[in-house]
Amino acid sequence: MRLELRGITKRFGDFTANDKIDLVVEPGKVHALLGENGAGKSTLMNTLFGLYDPDEGEILIDDKPVSFAGPGDAMTAGIAMVHQHFMLVHPFTVAENVMLGHEQYKGPFKMLDLNAAREKVREISAKFGFNVNPDAVVEDLPVGAQQRVEIIKALSQRAEVLILDEPTAVLTPQETDELLEIVRQLRDSGTAVVLITHKLREVKAIADTITVIRRGKVVGTAEPSASREELASLMVGRAVTMTVDKTPATPGDVVLSVEALSVIDDIGVTQLHNVSFDVRAGEIFAIAGVQGNGQTELTEALLGAIKPAAGRAILAGKQITGLPIAEVLESGLGFVPEDRTEDGLVGNFTIANNLMLDVYDKAPYSSHGVLKPAVIAAEAEKNVEQFDIRTPSINLTAGSLSGGNQQKVVLARELSRPLKLLIASNPTRGLDVGSIEFVHKRIIQERDAGAAVIIVSAELDEVVALADRIAVMYHGEIVGIVPPSTGRDTLGLMMAGAHTEEDAA
Amino acid sequence: MSAAPAESPAEAPAEARKRDSRSLLREIAESSTLLIILAIVASLAISAVLILIADPEFRAALPYFFDRPMDALSAGWEAVSSAYYAIFQGAFWNTGGETFAASIAPFMQTLTMATPLIFAGLGIGIGFRAGLFNIGAQGQILIGATLGAMVGFMWHMPFPWHLILAVIGCALGGALWGFIPGILKAKTGAHEVITTIMLNYIALNLVSWLLSLEAFQREGSDNPQSPVLDETAMYPKLFGGQFQLHWGFILALLAAGFAWWLMERSTLGFQFRAVGANPSAAKTAGMKVSTITILVMVVAGAFSGLAASAQLLGTQPSLTIGIAGSIGFDAITVALLGASRPFGTVLAAILFGGLKAAGPALQVQAGLPVDIVLVIQSLIVLFIAAPPLVRFIFRLPTPRVVKEVAA
Repeated sequence: MRLELRGITKRFGDFTANDKIDLVVEPGKVHALLGENGAGKSTLMNTLFGLYDPDEGEILIDDKPVSFAGPGDAMTAGIAMVHQHFMLVHPFTVAENVMLGHEQYKGPFKMLDLNAAREKVREISAKFGFNVNPDAVVEDLPVGAQQRVEIIKALSQRAEVLILDEPTAVLTPQETDELLEIVRQLRDSGTAVVLITHKLREVKAIADTITVIRRGKVVGTAEPSASREELASLMVGRAVTMTVDKTPATPGDVVLSVEALSVIDDIGVTQLHNVSFDVRAGEIFAIAGVQGNGQTELTEALLGAIKPAAGRAILAGKQITGLPIAEVLESGLGFVPEDRTEDGLVGNFTIANNLMLDVYDKAPYSSHGVLKPAVIAAEAEKNVEQFDIRTPSINLTAGSLSGGNQQKVVLARELSRPLKLLIASNPTRGLDVGSIEFVHKRIIQERDAGAAVIIVSAELDEVVALADRIAVMYHGEIVGIVPPSTGRDTLGLMMAGAHTEEDAA
Repeated sequence: MSAAPAESPAEAPAEARKRDSRSLLREIAESSTLLIILAIVASLAISAVLILIADPEFRAALPYFFDRPMDALSAGWEAVSSAYYAIFQGAFWNTGGETFAASIAPFMQTLTMATPLIFAGLGIGIGFRAGLFNIGAQGQILIGATLGAMVGFMWHMPFPWHLILAVIGCALGGALWGFIPGILKAKTGAHEVITTIMLNYIALNLVSWLLSLEAFQREGSDNPQSPVLDETAMYPKLFGGQFQLHWGFILALLAAGFAWWLMERSTLGFQFRAVGANPSAAKTAGMKVSTITILVMVVAGAFSGLAASAQLLGTQPSLTIGIAGSIGFDAITVALLGASRPFGTVLAAILFGGLKAAGPALQVQAGLPVDIVLVIQSLIVLFIAAPPLVRFIFRLPTPRVVKEVAA
């Protein structure tokens, strides 16, 4: 099945999200749709999928014009989509989810034919080596497996065009590799795959054709052999340096000293075991590891959000474990949480209020318990300017900003007070190339200004680019602290639990 | 609007899924002005239909509607217009009044009825904005009234000290009854909706038991009512003896100003709002979520206690189990209608005070059951709770994420 989009235009009010976009998707090929967040990729796919009506242009299947009133029509036509946020019923089993919307019945009483659904899951699972149990409950599955359930669901409807919307945003490096392998198999079996992404590594690894979208327009097509720099500058519209400029660190005194810190969670599982390390002024200490190996617990224990079961942390000579969060922040800790929308921002507060969310009770923002709106606004204007937060007004809600600009709000807030230590968890997750560059630059500036910096990241690229030292975490322990020159393979093995550099070699 | 990031529309489904009960509560509690006005219009329209059905002349004219439609139409018009005219007369301006005082009397009564609703509505609105659904105003009013009454009839001292202490007693009682669900929520996670409802029953039975004690019994009376409070503990009348309106109304307006200042200008209110909008982010920013939860309930309870003062020290100078009327529940409606904002709450309370004050006129002039007023109130709430319904009726566009940008 050959799918063609011709001159698709979609407007929201005055805003043109898609402007005369042409796209051809051939069977047995992987077509990458590359663009920054907000470039209009998702809008285009939602239009194709029948969620939006295009204002202009047409969709053709095998050269015949078609129109979809909704996702149901698109699915019937053989187009399936795996959304960035999965559309699964969490308490249902894999088989039930796969069957949902296409239930089969058996017997005189029209009982649900669960066995047929199970069989279908097993069949597809075996064909592509998915290793998914049809009776597993979806909410118990790791994110990578949930995504495979979505793919099985699509394939069970005999989808000939599979759209993957930012499929790797939520995956670990290992899961990403597994997904790319699955995409290869799908392609080889004749499925057309549309991969929506802003990650250059994946595009280069798997795409047959690349279409780059910027500000709702197709700005070019590229071969997978194009360099990362070429693709990035097409995407952003200007030259982008993919490497981070930084001078060698000049570490000073020990700022943070973590001594035998352990965390046991509510149900009695040890999440962090006997972790010790020092971080010095003027160095970036990166913590690498697959998500869920104790990094979250470590940062939250340092912030004071969870109580450690044993051990302590000393920030500039003062024990911070056991102190309330407000006092830890006041001791000179800047904290960029891993989930900015959940922990970093109040979505329906204004940008100005979010910029003072943890200093609202300090001068100059307030005095004697009374806020000073004029000062708050002035400080916000200053931060918006300095941190290049793209918004027409500081009085818009933070929730209305794009991910990159939201992260800039969090960074601006944390960096605009004097810091001894900055902890940033996944500081560039979900950000576009331009924003990543900016965030990295600010973090290095903070290091050069003499702060100790801890970066927690699941992205090896980021860890290697920023770190002056790398600690690798596995199952709640630090398996080794290595220099940034360490090879990616070695780091990968350590992330899988190999104990030291020597063991891994 | 051009500020809307391009991915907004695409992100809308994900956003919608994230809406938990907390944000649903916020959406209802912070409805737009237009929506509220349309809800009132819609509820008046539906009430008109109910008034028609309740009207015997209209029903009598209906069977021969096609022969003589004017009979039914004129009977219907007569019924609806006289009902709404009666509400207007009973709530705002008595056109038959011979003096200015007689004409304005209904509005004075409206403001008197509105006073306790303003206090309690302000407290509930603060709770809404802090993410707490406080159903316990009724119990808080009862306990506030109990403490206030004890000050009022057990102690004897000159005006205004007696009044001030009695008002403080009311506020303290309410605050105490708000503190209990607050600390239960903060320490054990017990949901405030459940605990406040239960505390309403406890308060009612506690007051009922207290009134059976000798210390609370009025001399020479078998009814469960306390002795009459000293005149020195009562709010003075605002315009002398001819109207019931008392200084509690002025205090209520001041309280509204204070509530606005607290929520918009104080660092404490900033924390209330942050905890209400996103407790995780508030915690990460160093706010003590459990302490804030307790404080919110204490403040909300104190406002409810002041509502008790408006009743007890304003219009009904003795403690009975009926002292709270249905104020604690009506105030929830008032807070919703006022979009949890102090100014809106005052307007909503005056509207509801007016509907309450108009009840007798409706019965006497239009011959309609007082319950129509309750129906109108209930319909308003129903429409506010279902914004898509109002949008459907008035063909308003569905707001997209872009709309939220402007909000």
